[in-house]
Amino acid sequence: METQTITKSQEIKQITERISGSEAIVRCLIEEGVDIIYGYPGGAIMPVYDELFKFQDKIHHVLTRHEQGATHAAQGYARISGKVGVAIATSGPGATNLITGIADAQIDSTPMVCITGQVASHLLGSDAFQETDIIGISSPITKWNCQVTKAEDIPSVIAKAFYIAKSGRPGPVLIDITKDAQFSHFDFSYEKCTKVRSYNPIPKTDIQTVEEAAKLINQAKKPMIVWGQGVILSKAEKQLKAVVEKAGIPAAWTILGASAIPTSHPLNVGMVGMHGNYAPNILTNQCDVLIAIGMRFDDRVTGSLNTYAKQAKIIHFEIDPAEVDKNVKTDIAVLGDAKASLEMLLPLLKENSHSDWHQKFKDLYAIEYEKVIKHDLYPTKEGLTMGEVLKEINLQSNGNAAIVTDVGQHQMIACRYADFNITKSNITSGGLGTMGFGLPAAIGAKMAAPDREVVSISGDGGYQMTIQELGTIFQQKAAVKIVVLNNDFLGMVRQWQQLFFEKRYASTEMVNPNFVAIAEGYYIKGKKVTKREELAPAVAEMMASKDAYFLEVCVEKEDNVFPMIPSGASVSDIRLE
Amino acid sequence: MNTEEQLYTVSIYTENNIGLLNRISAIFQRRHINIESLNTSPSEIEGVSRFTIVVYMDEVGMKKIIGQIDKQVEVIKAFYHTEEETIYQVSGLFKIKSDLLFEERQIQNIIKESNARIVTVNKDFFVLEKSGKREELKDLYEKLSVFGIMQYTRSGRIAVTKDEMKISKMLQAFNNN
Ligand SMILES: Cc1ncc(C[n+]2csc(CCOP(=O)(O)OP(=O)(O)O)c2C)c(N)n1
Ligand SMILES: [Mg+2]
Repeated sequence: METQTITKSQEIKQITERISGSEAIVRCLIEEGVDIIYGYPGGAIMPVYDELFKFQDKIHHVLTRHEQGATHAAQGYARISGKVGVAIATSGPGATNLITGIADAQIDSTPMVCITGQVASHLLGSDAFQETDIIGISSPITKWNCQVTKAEDIPSVIAKAFYIAKSGRPGPVLIDITKDAQFSHFDFSYEKCTKVRSYNPIPKTDIQTVEEAAKLINQAKKPMIVWGQGVILSKAEKQLKAVVEKAGIPAAWTILGASAIPTSHPLNVGMVGMHGNYAPNILTNQCDVLIAIGMRFDDRVTGSLNTYAKQAKIIHFEIDPAEVDKNVKTDIAVLGDAKASLEMLLPLLKENSHSDWHQKFKDLYAIEYEKVIKHDLYPTKEGLTMGEVLKEINLQSNGNAAIVTDVGQHQMIACRYADFNITKSNITSGGLGTMGFGLPAAIGAKMAAPDREVVSISGDGGYQMTIQELGTIFQQKAAVKIVVLNNDFLGMVRQWQQLFFEKRYASTEMVNPNFVAIAEGYYIKGKKVTKREELAPAVAEMMASKDAYFLEVCVEKEDNVFPMIPSGASVSDIRLE
Repeated sequence: MNTEEQLYTVSIYTENNIGLLNRISAIFQRRHINIESLNTSPSEIEGVSRFTIVVYMDEVGMKKIIGQIDKQVEVIKAFYHTEEETIYQVSGLFKIKSDLLFEERQIQNIIKESNARIVTVNKDFFVLEKSGKREELKDLYEKLSVFGIMQYTRSGRIAVTKDEMKISKMLQAFNNN
């Protein structure tokens, strides 16, 4: 693969041709190995669409139903494949519609390149039709952005965009290209970018810090690992597993770290954070060494910082120096790529089992099971729970499905209960908490991994924020399995209203449409389940379907997600009811 | 680490990019840090720009902000220094009615004593330039304002550090890579 692309780009380098800027854009994407892009046409990007038409055998353009959907689809594509997702839009409203997805990709470190058309350069700054200062708007939410006004700058800027988006801590890059740059002709050649002098994507790992970390870990009596998405982004799953197993360290994950180690692994002790598991949250405040790997101590993970792991020595494996000591003061920071650092760490670790310490996790799990999990997964009441839907999906997918969620109660339930056997299988909007993320992200995930079962799980609220993407699913024949857990409420907000606003349910009750009819309107087969005995057969039918399938499950309206760390409280004040 | 608020001089070596000012100022703005002064100029290295920003804040926050500035793709390196670690100056221009120069003896003494320099004189006004510490300019301003100042402006701080900032070495290391 690699050598192929190199010879190909050399070929093109030798034979420079005079082509238009817009053709160059498409040729650059092909050079970067892009096979699918998501977007929406309009005036300022039409020359590029004209080229996409000519190159449609090489690049598949997916017309989403809204530019926000294009960004989320590109994110889903990136998150499941580890490749750069690409979204494209016209100037003005097309560009501004990308903003939510860009912000989401920035905070969740997702590699994405967005290309926007812009008015002709002589019109810049004149409030021309569909002119928006998208560079200004996107600056705080992009890893890098750049406006191109000359065709000859297109190859180098796009090469740089891909390099920056995927290297180091990944993130979104936006390239804004004026219409005159798209039209004018120049001598095209392409060279991949391999370095930028002001940019150091991976800080050098100081072996001494690794040695110090190993020493601390070897001395620890009650060590605990909390890993994040950094493990997935650096493809360090194997290394993490080896470290966990050799040193016998209980390991918990942040929401974006989910699936890096299979759910069933005996040392996987569950999720930390606001709706995470009881044991890892409580024991965060009892461990003696906390080893954070590729995570950033988000406030949804730490609760109150004043009472977070104060008793513990903190080791932070981190690629982004700006994250070190940002929220939690570390004792040892190991800068660098997680995979490389863990490889250095492994031989320095002593074998250990920490069985007494591990028993504590099991004991606390037993409490959580009795108080919460049992009722979520094996309810005795009449109404369906979200948890039992997840249990059924686990069962029928053998834990091999990629779960794409939206934001709310169903998201927390899905992350808590989904079985993950395969890495990169939890695709969710973590840092931004973007309702509407799920359905379009599932499209991107399915198209990037057509052989995998991709199950989109949304709430009735968030589903309706990007419901128009059913049109994309239908047009693309993307075999996404769409589950809506319908509680007729903006459930997560209602839960807060119940717990903290004395049940004043201000604007959280939803009067919902006939969801099955809407799916059927897009020629997607659908079913609605209201009773327990209907659930298993309906999930079976969904899983068996070769095409997209829509399943609405009407669940208990006023169920809450527990455990819960109330915002601003300590991780050890986690509530079970 | 110092938790007391104090003046810091931030020096940022960057690629020459128009969008960067926006990104850098946004980092301060997000945390509600008021920028006391900001100056951009070429640096000692060809093609490399330098921002000199003065802020009043504590060191913990300063470190976090430097981290966030440093991670901007087109920032080569960001540093922060205390007042003791820098040699700095600001510059002020005073536009004053020419009549006063002849009518008010005092003014001539003030100019002499303050080491200010007359940049230009014509029949209507003269312009006085004074470089130094901010307090010195304030002092001069107060003395002159008694007589009336037609226009006054003060530049942002420019500063060099007592210690070396190893930018050239960093760039060299990059080129050899
Ligand atoms: C775009 C956006 N707007 C508002 C919110 C705030 N919010 C978080 S969860 C939630 C409720 C989600 O309701 P639903 O999609 O039905 O999921 P449920 O919690 O009921 O499972 C809301 C409104 C958000 N996260 N994103
Ligand atoms: Mg709901």
